[in-house]
Amino acid sequence: MDKAFLTVENLNKRYTDDAPPVFDKVSFGIAQGEFVCIIGHSGCGKTTILNVLAGLEAPSGGVVIMDQREVKGPSLDRGVVFQSHALMPWFSVLGNVVFAVRSRWPDWPRDKAEQHARRFIEMVGLKGAENKKPSELSGGMKQRVGIARAFSIEPKMLLMDEPFGALDALTRGVVQDELLKICSATHQTVFMITHDVDEAILLADKIFLMSNGPRARIAEVVVNTMPKTRTRESMHHDPQFYRIRNHLVDFLVHRSRRIQEAGVEDAVTRVVTPGLEEDKLSQAVA
Amino acid sequence: MKPAAQLGWRAALISLAIFACLLLVWHLATAPKESARIQAGASSASSSAQDEYAKLMGKSSSAPVKTSGFPGLAQMGETMRKELANPFYDNGPNDKGIGIQLGYSLARVGLGFAIAALVAIPLGFLLGMSPLMQRALNPFIQILKPISPLAWMPLALYTIKDSSVSGIFVIFICSVWPMLMNTAFGVASVRRDWLNVAKTLEVAPLRKAFLVILPAAAPTILTGMRISMGIAWLVIVAAEMLVGGTGIGYFVWNEWNNLSLTSVIFAILVIGVTGMVLDLVFARLQKLVTYTE
Repeated sequence: MDKAFLTVENLNKRYTDDAPPVFDKVSFGIAQGEFVCIIGHSGCGKTTILNVLAGLEAPSGGVVIMDQREVKGPSLDRGVVFQSHALMPWFSVLGNVVFAVRSRWPDWPRDKAEQHARRFIEMVGLKGAENKKPSELSGGMKQRVGIARAFSIEPKMLLMDEPFGALDALTRGVVQDELLKICSATHQTVFMITHDVDEAILLADKIFLMSNGPRARIAEVVVNTMPKTRTRESMHHDPQFYRIRNHLVDFLVHRSRRIQEAGVEDAVTRVVTPGLEEDKLSQAVA
Repeated sequence: MKPAAQLGWRAALISLAIFACLLLVWHLATAPKESARIQAGASSASSSAQDEYAKLMGKSSSAPVKTSGFPGLAQMGETMRKELANPFYDNGPNDKGIGIQLGYSLARVGLGFAIAALVAIPLGFLLGMSPLMQRALNPFIQILKPISPLAWMPLALYTIKDSSVSGIFVIFICSVWPMLMNTAFGVASVRRDWLNVAKTLEVAPLRKAFLVILPAAAPTILTGMRISMGIAWLVIVAAEMLVGGTGIGYFVWNEWNNLSLTSVIFAILVIGVTGMVLDLVFARLQKLVTYTE
């Protein structure tokens, strides 16, 4: 693995002492500028891992190192997009983003902060809606404000917890495109939770597959072998798309449970490149 | 016409009808009865001394005698007209206009309420943010809260030695609890998501308190303030009856001693209308800080 920007080592979390840990021996690395999606069934601790990365929750064991520094507590270096958008309803769209900007740069005068915020609101395609209250926006627009807010503090890393989970399919597509455009323009490092296999294939460079909890772990790292230029409209014409898709769905349907039953003894994370090196599939990489 | 507006008109019409009915009942109940009139006729040949006595008692022998002493609509109207024509007159300590008395009461309530808000809101923040303090202070609050504010009056009079300030203290003590409880509840139930946003943005504590927690809890806090104001307005009348001197409560008691029931009824109406206006003000404030998610 290339020199990782973010390294997670042996992370585990248990909520009660007598119960087995939700996840155990979770280790992975994310390189700078990489877009990583994590997929797994409910209850495997995806959100907990994200919260640990965000610094909102403390792990029971293990360390997270970002940019040569241990992650302890929340930081402006990591922007978070929440599943429920978490906009403050008493602020306007602009107010919500300005609140973040002024948290990041407290010394900036008001108009400079506003200008900065407007740039990001425009980036997510909400120009003209700056003075609306969140309650006047649709679900998709709210989530875009959430994304603008997270990007506006120019974090070293972006964490997203199922950001599009509550959106209908059409809106989701539009916002995904928006996100893809921004991420490729800014080379943002992203860690994102999703339940949507297609979304993962569209957005991610690498897809982490988690086995079922308890004692969940990252069983496979699937490298996205589709070209970077893939788009939502055309990617399903590429035969490679189905090879990856089948691999992911097979994992969720069969292997995620089997791996859990096999126990942690076999705790290796395999790197898989579906479609390209079928023969290497069984080759274990530590 | 829109159905909502139509509903409003119909409701207003029924309200007016009910009001008219009430006035009618009042009028009929206080109208001179047949038997009374006969009695009045029988005693029409009374002496001038009796006339004099009747005049002293505030009754004119020429006016129809009533079986009940309850004032009729005409007398009521006369009193209201007189009081409203000159609400700010001041003829010494026992004879002040209703406006002046109302002003005293409002000033006491306003001051006691303001001090209560200054104490209750910061303390409520503390309770809402710290489960430890919530638990530590809970027994005190639970014991102090159900005490009738008037029960504090003797202690207040003894320690403060000033009846007016004692009244303010009583208002303070009765309005502090709903504000305290509601602030603590509002602050404790701010949505986790917003606090997490503040955390990930490393927002400084004071900025978080004013820009996140306060607006989030404001509707609940204002509910507490509205309840407090309602209670304070109830209590001030009783408190002023007790300590005397000035205020709308004292006005009621003084007019009772004067046996001027029309003034008592007038004061009751003024208390009701003022209470309603105060409540409306807080309802408006509440609307201002309420947000839709």
